[in-house]
Amino acid sequence: MPAPDDWTPRSDAYFASPLAQGTPGKQCGLAATGDYQPSLRSPWLAAAATVDVKKVARELAKDDGVVFSEDYVYMCSDPGQTAVIDAIKDNDLNGMVISCCSPTLHEKTFRDASELGDLNAFQCEIANIREQCAWVHSDMEVATEKALKITRASVRRVQHNQALEPIGVPVTRRALVVGGGIAGIQAALDMTDAGLDVILVEKQATIGGNMLKLSETFPTLDCSQCILSPKMVSVSKNAKITLMTESEVESISGFVGNFKVKIKKKAEFVDPELCKLCDDCTPVCPVAVPNEYDVGLTNRRAIYIPFAQAIPASFTLDEEACLGLDPVVCGKCEEVCDVGAIDYDKKPTVTEEEVGAIIVATGFDLYGMEHMGEFGGGRYPDVLDGLQFERLCSASGATEGHIMRPSDHKVPKEIVFIQCSGSRDPENHCAYCSKICCMYTAKHATLYKHHVPDGQAYIFYIDIRSGGKGYEEFVQRSMENDGVIYLRGRVSRVYEKDGKLKVMGVDTLAGRNVEIDADMVVLAQAMEPSKGTAEIAKILKIGRDKDGFLAEAHPKLKPVESVTAGIYLAGAAQGPKDIPETVSQAGAAASKVIALLSKDQLAHSPTVAKVRDPYCTGCEMCVDACPYDAIALVDGKASVNEILCEGCGSCVGVCVRAAIDVKNVTQLQIHEMISAIMA
Amino acid sequence: MSNPSKTTEVQTFEPRIVAFLCKWCSSAGSDLAGVSRIQYSANATPITIPCSGSVSPMYILSAFNKGADGVLISGCHPGDCHYMEGNYLARRKLYLVKELLQFIGLESERFRMSWVSAAEGVKFAEVVDEFVEDLRVLGPQNRLKAER
Ligand SMILES: Cc1cc2nc3c(=O)[nH]c(=O)nc-3n(C[C@H](O)[C@H](O)[C@H](O)COP(=O)(O)OP(=O)(O)OC[C@H]3O[C@@H](n4cnc5c(N)ncnc54)[C@H](O)[C@@H]3O)c2cc1C
Ligand code: SF4
Repeated sequence: MPAPDDWTPRSDAYFASPLAQGTPGKQCGLAATGDYQPSLRSPWLAAAATVDVKKVARELAKDDGVVFSEDYVYMCSDPGQTAVIDAIKDNDLNGMVISCCSPTLHEKTFRDASELGDLNAFQCEIANIREQCAWVHSDMEVATEKALKITRASVRRVQHNQALEPIGVPVTRRALVVGGGIAGIQAALDMTDAGLDVILVEKQATIGGNMLKLSETFPTLDCSQCILSPKMVSVSKNAKITLMTESEVESISGFVGNFKVKIKKKAEFVDPELCKLCDDCTPVCPVAVPNEYDVGLTNRRAIYIPFAQAIPASFTLDEEACLGLDPVVCGKCEEVCDVGAIDYDKKPTVTEEEVGAIIVATGFDLYGMEHMGEFGGGRYPDVLDGLQFERLCSASGATEGHIMRPSDHKVPKEIVFIQCSGSRDPENHCAYCSKICCMYTAKHATLYKHHVPDGQAYIFYIDIRSGGKGYEEFVQRSMENDGVIYLRGRVSRVYEKDGKLKVMGVDTLAGRNVEIDADMVVLAQAMEPSKGTAEIAKILKIGRDKDGFLAEAHPKLKPVESVTAGIYLAGAAQGPKDIPETVSQAGAAASKVIALLSKDQLAHSPTVAKVRDPYCTGCEMCVDACPYDAIALVDGKASVNEILCEGCGSCVGVCVRAAIDVKNVTQLQIHEMISAIMA
Repeated sequence: MSNPSKTTEVQTFEPRIVAFLCKWCSSAGSDLAGVSRIQYSANATPITIPCSGSVSPMYILSAFNKGADGVLISGCHPGDCHYMEGNYLARRKLYLVKELLQFIGLESERFRMSWVSAAEGVKFAEVVDEFVEDLRVLGPQNRLKAER
């Protein structure tokens, strides 16, 4: 039996109609697509959607104003579009309706075809009889009736459509990047290569993101900081990049090509220009708080530098932890700073920047250890997450790259890694696969063996996902060269007994229970969107997917675009990713911005609001309702700034005198559509 | 109380609904219902609009006047409006329209507002089906329907 997706919609019927009553001589074309007959090739579809498109075409042909109405299979194909163009020319049409699939798919296709037939693009409308009709109703008679109403409504609408030309708006040739991990860094550098100015906003005290915490990177085991710090330095030395650390986007207004962004920067108590990195300040600071850059494995002072490689290369002062903001209590670091770089009286600043495009690269966090109670997560000091293990292996970490137990500083001789910790578990944790943890666990086990050659590493896994260049070979090497024991099965529990971590698991391949007395357990925690992703998505008005990652505009064809024009996505903020994939996506997002901002002007949709002057009394209801401040009173009447207007129609909804309309969705047109539906 | 002829009427009465769908969310949500082949009743005919905030109360009255048994407005979830605050405007208006309908003697349940995002194909189908069921119980709308 053929697979259901073997079915191809035999799209496309095709009609046409003379235009508006009362404009004799003018013609209106109308085309409908979608021969949604039950197909014998598709068993499940036979029960589903059906529209008798031939009938729709036949009925429409009888309507007032319709001069041409036909059905056509595959109207979006090249011959289909040619037929559309011919129909426009042959009938001298001044309006056209294509009755087919959702306008999100082919409105542009057919509007382009209209232009080729010398019909203004805005005089072509799409009636959606597929997604909103044929695919959701199974009774042919009922579905055909509804398709007829939908198409008829569009015909009545198009009869009043005006020919419009896109409005040209100037673009700001600057871009904003939110998030200074490897994704944001790469995107910023790529854009400056093309001559754009970039503002890079990072909420932490240094750029670098999670990659700065990594020790070595799969599959080649190059040192993460060694490949990252040159890029970070390039950012700080690049005159085209304005770097704003300890900063966050507060609000945004405007639209593609012309956004206005308010950025809030925390008070800069240490002047990075003056700080000479002498480190006289930290010894005198009496405060100790967990060091977030060391994933809590060590403590730091209230005045500190996140990493030796930090960019900006400067100490920074943690406002919450510092006592010196109340000078009566402390003030020691200011006393010892002989260049006078410290000033407790600094205040936060808010700046407004104009940019033409935005790349969001806000990255990921690891799923909280506290969720993994059964594995002792958050309870036992020697149960670590992947990033903590990276810090243990890293030469810049507290142990200078020596792997030892946080509890007693002993070298672990038996170590257990648990994969998919918090991933692939829709009932209890995250439903998705975090994609990179199979690889970093193989890396961790390998690194462990390099540090502790006489130790034994075990990995519990469900299956191993090592798709990527050189990845499978890397995993194989960890098994063959480093003697890592892979156990296929789940761990039910980890608990402490006699100074050991008892790991209770199963080996499903051998069909036996496994019990390991481990010295250390490392959980390959799921990756989740970084804290604050929901807030930034809300501020920027971009969507999130069901797992909370930023949503791309199309899963296949628009993987770096958000749903909002001019806002792009890069890196782990969009979904779990390793560094190579992150860098590719960042480059792709950067080139989208470069292409966008290479134009002198952007086309703004001309379907904007228009005041019907004689009816306007200047009551200002619309002025208040407009979210874009696009309406002002001029000589006592409302007047629309077409560049600012986004055509949302908030003004239409509030005007008690029906004195304002959105072009081509006028109130008259809506009433016509209602009449067509209720006829 | 039970009236057999009434029951049959409820079963056979097919309410006619005009559904105003916001282009950014609910219209896209109904597209998703289509792509997912979720089946629901065909009683609601969609009109796609730029934003739920652009619906003038006149549209609702006009639909009833032309014989609609129910009017549905479906927009983005509060806080998610593509145009920042259009759906708040819509929500405030909804309340007033409901009052007005009641005042002129029409069951205010004939006018419904829902929040359906582009990801909620299933919810869209449910909203339509529920509305149709509720309208079946209310029967045909004649109060505002113009004589033709
Ligand atoms: C344990 C572990 C080991 C790994 N090992 C490897 C490896 O060996 N090889 C490999 O290829 N990949 C590895 N990875 C994956 C790698 O870390 C990621 O691919 C990479 O860090 C993603 O970069 P990013 O810039 O998208 O996100 P991040 O590194 O998370 O950076 C995001 C940045 O945005 C900032 N930010 C967040 N929100 C805001 C906001 N609202 N405003 C301003 N700034 C904000 C953050 O502070 C951060 O600096 C590993 C990951 C883990 C967890
Ligand atoms: S990448 Fe591997 S360890 Fe991580 S969730 Fe997917 S299968 Fe599990």
